Formats: sequence, structure tokens, C-alpha cells
Amino acid sequence: MLPIIFVLPILQLVILSNAATFEIKNIKFSYIDNDKTSFSRELIQKFDASTYFNVLTDFPSNKLASEAMLKGDVDVILEIPENFERDLVKNQSTDLSVTINAIDGAAAGVENVYINQIIKDFNKKAQVKLVQPFNQINKPINITSIPSFWYNETLNYKTFMVPGILVLLVTMITLFLSGMNIVREKEIGTLEQINVTPIKKHQFIIGKLFPFWIIGFGLLTIGLIIAKLLFNVPIVGSIFLLYFFTSIYLLVILGIGFFISNFTETQQQAMFISWFFTVIFILMSGLFTPIESMPVWAQYITEFNPIKYFVEVMRMVMLKGSNFTDIVPQFTKTLAYAIIMNGLAVISYKKST
Amino acid sequence: MSISVQNISKSFKDKTALKNISFEVQEGELFGLIGPDGAGKTTLFRILTTLLFADSGTATVANFDAINDYKKIRNNVGYMPGKFSLYQDLTVEENLEFFATIFGTTIEENYDLIKDIYVQIEPFKNRRAGKLSGGMKQKLALCCALIHKPKVLFLDEPTTGVDPVSRKEFWEMLKRLQTKGITMLVSTPYMDEAALCDRIALIQDGKILEIDTPQHIVKHYPKTIYNVSANNMYQLINSLKNYEHNYSVYPFGEFVHYSDKRNDFNPTDLKLYLEKQQLQNIQISKTAATIEDTFMELAK
Repeated sequence: MLPIIFVLPILQLVILSNAATFEIKNIKFSYIDNDKTSFSRELIQKFDASTYFNVLTDFPSNKLASEAMLKGDVDVILEIPENFERDLVKNQSTDLSVTINAIDGAAAGVENVYINQIIKDFNKKAQVKLVQPFNQINKPINITSIPSFWYNETLNYKTFMVPGILVLLVTMITLFLSGMNIVREKEIGTLEQINVTPIKKHQFIIGKLFPFWIIGFGLLTIGLIIAKLLFNVPIVGSIFLLYFFTSIYLLVILGIGFFISNFTETQQQAMFISWFFTVIFILMSGLFTPIESMPVWAQYITEFNPIKYFVEVMRMVMLKGSNFTDIVPQFTKTLAYAIIMNGLAVISYKKST
Repeated sequence: MSISVQNISKSFKDKTALKNISFEVQEGELFGLIGPDGAGKTTLFRILTTLLFADSGTATVANFDAINDYKKIRNNVGYMPGKFSLYQDLTVEENLEFFATIFGTTIEENYDLIKDIYVQIEPFKNRRAGKLSGGMKQKLALCCALIHKPKVLFLDEPTTGVDPVSRKEFWEMLKRLQTKGITMLVSTPYMDEAALCDRIALIQDGKILEIDTPQHIVKHYPKTIYNVSANNMYQLINSLKNYEHNYSVYPFGEFVHYSDKRNDFNPTDLKLYLEKQQLQNIQISKTAATIEDTFMELAK
């Protein structure tokens, strides 16, 4: 069992961090070139050169392109009108039609931005070529903004995801194992045998939960090593602070696990309830979707989500190098949660019925 | 008084498990609770071991109240549940050590108490408890229940599912423990084991039918019992059941236990009747009532 506890989460960390990407790549791009001039070819070449687009096909008609979109063969159709080059040179303006498959709305938005960037870039270069020198004097000076991305300069999504996924696996393993373990004792009858002994409640609870507390630390350690060595995630803040917060956070999770096991009779029931809460906690933790973009009522619910605080602290300490005073709000809430959950667990655990 | 139960009742939702039960067990007594499955034996055990609270009535174990002094009871009783409930992934020795530690004692301290039993499983002390045979498991469970030298020992169907040889050995062990002054409350569905107890309580549907010594309890049977046998068992039972004067007919091993309504019953009348039913090799002889007969009679 012990090897499984450690091997599976590592696999999870490696696979998820590499696969669960928000970057939109390999966009299936196609075009209808009604102009067929050097200008139109140059535009298409720009798309071809981009790593985000796979230039797939050149459709002879709008109808065929639409059919391909329906089948899901292409994501984006760029239609270049007739006399594209001529209009651009003569009138200095022309229209392009872009059709995007928006079944995945978020992806479509990102694709739109990519396409606009490429076209803008093309436009700028075309201006240089076409516009007569004497006009250049009156041309407004271009304002370019150079963004600087703090705490994750290269916008490497792995830097963002790995700390979050680390939270996820520390949480899942400790919650499932602790919840399952005590219910298992109920199932095989050893709990009854323990209950007739003079052992104190707190002795039993500590004895049952302490191993999982240690396992949680083991998982965090292995996860951090992988994050550093394999994904090269910066660990700017204090490792000690991370461990300190984790020690309190694990109490919350173990308390929840113990609480669940007090109200279930079989491992199946415990598993089901643990899953229910884990899924809600994870999806509402800000790990995959930002909490700020959730509806207000959902944002209130996330206040009760311990995973949210752990994800925040993990990212703050690892990436921003936050110190203890920065994480005081998360820390106090987690501490309160730990006290409440373990209090409820101890109260609801009864040695007799 | 080692165990005293006064007017205990317990219900689960709409089902009554125990109805107004009262009995007392003397110090050093081996007391048997005899009854079929679902009679309420385990519920009574759970109340006396402080795992369950009774709806009404009072119980004391080793002179401690089952509700107010439950902590003291837990220090002074050993409980062996019907289902094997030791840690299956710990070895024999580890289980014993674990329970000794929980009770704040060591194996060495009370070794003399379990020695007779433990030597039988000692060759397997490094084997996991889950890998033991049924009889071995029972011996280990008994060792674990005794490791803290309890004053009272509760054994809930300790021999259910155990082979006849191990059953016999187990009862011999209990008899030996009794000489060391431990009070024992044993439940069993086997009537033959009942005869080995000092006193027994017959229990059915949450009610105690009768409490007495096994020798005396059979005297509660009001009739004379006859062993009847013939060449065809099935036909014999049917014929006897159709006999107008029958009082009770129960198959009992190779015989049928028969008793008659009439006080002036003459076995030859019955023999004639059975011969008319085309039965052969008919034998009828008087026999003493057993606990089983008494139980069936009282449970009517």
C-alpha cells in the first residue's frame, strides 16, 4: 500500500502538470484565398510560421469550408476577399472574414486574439510597404506597450499549475486514506474491540490520524522535489513557511476525513462522500478557474473551501516569496477551520451508541 | 454479585430486541445465554460491555454501573465479540502486545493467565492473525481478551463456526479459567454446550424463558419423552405428527423425541399405530429430556 500512496501521486503530478494546459496550441487553421496574390500568400505564410496554427487546407469555396468546420476538421476559417491586394493598395483598407469554432468559448476567445495579433502585425508591415514616404510625416507615432509579467515572467503555465496540483494530491490522498481507514475498522469489527478498551478518545484519534499527517508531509516533500527538478518551478519563499502552513492544513483535511468516517458505515459510503466534497473543493479552489470570475454566490461558497486557501498560500509562497504576514488571513481561516473540524470530529466520535 | 441486570429493555426503531430482562451472575460463575439467532444475545452483550445504552433498566458489571461507571467497566472486563475482530494484518504476537499496551499492561505481567492457551498458538506467533485457522483465531481472541486479567469475561458465541474438536478444547479452556476466579458470560446457540455451564438462561425474542442449572432446567419439561425410531424417518415424523394424542414431536439425531398428551400413555398403543402406517423396525424407549427439548417446550 505504501508504495502506491507515493507512486500514484507522483504520476498524477507529472501527467497532469504536462497535460492540463491552458495554452491553445495546434489550432486547425484553414483559409479561402479568393485573391491569390503575393499579399494574400504573405498573410497565410504568417499564420503558417506561427507555432499556434497548423495550416491545414486551402478551400476553394465557402461551402466546403463550412462543411469541414461542421465535421470538426478545422477550427478557424480565414476568408481573403477578391481584390484584397488591390483594395489595400488603392483604398488603404479592406475586410477579412474570420470564422471561429466557438464550442469551447474560452478557446475561441484566445484564438481570436492570436489571429488579430497576426493580422495587426501583417497590417503594420503592409503600411510600411505601401504608404508613400511623404505621408510618413503626418503619421502618428506608434505606441507600443511592453508588458512585464511579474512572478512568472515567461508566462509558463506549469509554474502556475504545479503548486496547485501539488495541493490537490496532498489533499486527496490524506482525505481518502483517513476517511477510509476508520470506516474500515468499523467494517471489520476492530473498532468495537477498541471501544471496549479503556483507551481515551483523543489517544485513539491521534493514533489514527498521525500516520496520515506524516504521509501528507512525505507527499509534499516529494512533490516539491519534483516541482523543482522536473518542472523547474521557482521556490522563492520560505520552505519552512510552506511546511508550517501544510501542518495546519493537514489537520483540516484529516478532521474532515475523520468526521466523514463517523457518519458512514462502509468504505463505499465514505468514498462517495469524500469524492463529493473533493470534486467541489477542487473545482471551486481557483486551481483551474479563477475565483474572481465566479458568480458572487459561488465566491461566498469558496470562503468555506480549505483547498482554496492552500492553493493561494502555495502559489504566494512559492512564486511570490510571501512571508508569514502576507498569508495571515489564509492562515487564521485555516486554523479556525482545523479547530472546528477536529472539534466536530471528536464530538461526533462516540465509543458507545 | 458479578453481573446484575435489572429490567433491561432495548428497542431499535420499531423492533424490540430486549424486553424487561433481569438476571444475576455470581462471582466466578460460568453463565450461559442460550438462544437462537436474533434472540437478543448480542444486544445484551453490547449493553453490558458499555457499547450500547439500554432504553430502561439498570445493569452493573463487577459492581460498576453500566452507564455511570462505564470507564471502570472497560478496565475490568474482557470482551470477545462473535465476529473475529482483531487486526488481521498484525501478527499474533503484535496483536497481543497491542491489546496489552492499550490496557496499560504487558504480556509478561499476566502471562500465567493466558499461558495454557498461548502455548498452543505460540508456534505461529509471527503469522498474521488473518492467516490463522478458525480455532486458532478464537484462541488468540481469547488471549487478547484476557491479557489485562479481567474480572468478568464476555464471550459472544465464541464457538460459532469452529470445528467440534476446537469447540471442545475451547470449553475446557473456559473451565480452567473459571478455576482462576473469572466470571464468565457465554452465549451460544448450541444446546450441547449449555450443559457445560453452571447456570443457563434460555432466551428467545428478547425475553428470558427460564434460568436454572442445566441439571434442573430439564425438569421443567412436563412430560415423559420417548425415543422413537423406524426404518423411514420422514414417514415416521409425519405419522407421529398426525397421531391424535401427540404432545410434541421433534427429530433428535437418529431418533424422534415424542411425548404424549395422555398421562396413562402406553407405548404399545403407539407401536400398533405406527405399524398400521407401514413402518418397520419400530423401537420406542423412554429417555431423559434434554435442554433442547426444554427450550422447544418453553419457546412454544
